[in-house]
Amino acid sequence: MADQDRKQTRRGEAEASTEAEVVEEVDTTVGDELTERIDDLLDEIDSVLEENAEEFVKNYVQKGGE
Amino acid sequence: MALHKVLGTETEYGITIRNQADFNPVLGSSMVINSYAGGRARIQWSFEEETPGRDARGFGFEGAGPAELDSGLVNVVLTNGARLYVDHAHPEYSTPECYDPLEATLYDKAGEVVLARAAAAAQALLGDGERMLIHKNNSDGKGNSYGTHENYLLSRELPFNDIVRYFTTFLVSRQVFTGSGKVGAENGRPQVEFQLSQRADFFEEEVGLETTLKRPIINTRDEPHGDAAKYRRLHVIIGDATMSETQTFLKLGTAALVLAALEDGALPETLSLADPVGSVWGVSHDLTLRRPLELAEGRTATALELQWQYHEWAQKYAQGTDLDPVFERVLAEWEGVLTALESDPLSAADRLDWVAKYRLLLDYRERDGLAWDDPKAKLLALQYHDVDPDRGLYHKLVRAGRITRLFTDDEVETAVNRPPDRTRAYFRGECVSRYAQDLVAANWDSLVFDVGEEALKRVPMMEPLRGDRERVAGLLDQSETAADLVRALGGDDG
Repeated sequence: MADQDRKQTRRGEAEASTEAEVVEEVDTTVGDELTERIDDLLDEIDSVLEENAEEFVKNYVQKGGE
Repeated sequence: MALHKVLGTETEYGITIRNQADFNPVLGSSMVINSYAGGRARIQWSFEEETPGRDARGFGFEGAGPAELDSGLVNVVLTNGARLYVDHAHPEYSTPECYDPLEATLYDKAGEVVLARAAAAAQALLGDGERMLIHKNNSDGKGNSYGTHENYLLSRELPFNDIVRYFTTFLVSRQVFTGSGKVGAENGRPQVEFQLSQRADFFEEEVGLETTLKRPIINTRDEPHGDAAKYRRLHVIIGDATMSETQTFLKLGTAALVLAALEDGALPETLSLADPVGSVWGVSHDLTLRRPLELAEGRTATALELQWQYHEWAQKYAQGTDLDPVFERVLAEWEGVLTALESDPLSAADRLDWVAKYRLLLDYRERDGLAWDDPKAKLLALQYHDVDPDRGLYHKLVRAGRITRLFTDDEVETAVNRPPDRTRAYFRGECVSRYAQDLVAANWDSLVFDVGEEALKRVPMMEPLRGDRERVAGLLDQSETAADLVRALGGDDG
């Protein structure tokens, strides 16, 4: 699975390459972009996530239905 | 030839009001439904058994007691032919009767939009800091489950026992692509970090009438909502509420196709499980998708192998039958998802809720070391189902390009407002659009109008495929008022 790729590069570790280098470092760049995209997504999710997860999850009680 | 598989879904949504200490789910649900500003008629819902041609007085609206009319709880019928109401302590949306699985998927998705808008409108009634939250899910993680039911039209000629014998293993094994994913286990089942289905832990019987306790894999409720001499409505209660359009399409399409094959005698073996109930949570708890299930004949097979077998039979059946072309798409999606799950389950994250949710949680584990028992993991899994498009994580994943869709927003918007063209839901929805003032009661197979005469006028709709656009659009266009319509229908004999 793709998780190993994500471990290798964290956002901000690799600076933008010149065009000539890109050809040789395609895989790294792809890995960077993927990690960055995932980071951005998780940051965005964190910004809308209900505050105080523990309290919220504890109080989320539903009646049975059907 | 199998009956045309008219179908639909019913979903009880989770509801809570954040920061409201004395939150009452029944009142909250009523508030949500009363706040819905879209096209609707607030009417009585009749539970009276159908008797075509019965006099409107005899139908018992005037002076009727609570046994016949559900007047205590909020009930509205929408212009798209759907029903929106309070059931137990949940807001519930029942899709209109749909012509095929793709259309049913669209109207199921439209229900989320209806609930999201109703919740946003109800928000205006809440106090400072309070927030209305609606989730399309099936469990609170504390042992309470609420349902998502599927309905399929079957021939009365199909012996019910055949459904039990041939359909049980299909329902158990389909969880690999119908589960919407859950952190942990409930109802006394062995603890797990994550499982495929929200509902699996709650199933305790093979067959039965119950839906609220001792839930059965095959539910025996027999309410055909149509001509009982010809039809059954199979009430499937074991499915999860699904957010992914592809997943809903797969859930409904494969079941409709397998049921059609069953009606036509195209399933050669029952594939009975040695322990159906244990296999329900057994499949759900197995993230490897590789654990073999014991069959009654002493053989074993994994859930994926069983699904491949059903796929093969369904494909063979479809080749020899004049089926709606939508089932070719069902077969292709089905093959695609089984292939993906077999090679690398995570590769199905673009179309299956449980995989999308699991992958998201793995991303958090990777980045933050998030533990499975961290409340944040449960919160992420819960908020995946929030119907608010700005807060729901399913919606975030769609916008990030991680989950694919089958419909455009415009198509969903049309389904929020307009009924399906090819079933009796067309007639219902159009009557709500055109004659809401005079529509006083409804159920799935009739409408009751008050046209200013002494007797109320009842229009029975016992045939799910009649009352469609082709048959009634002209009649509706010629009827300016409900009185015109009733007259044109020839009294109350519809």
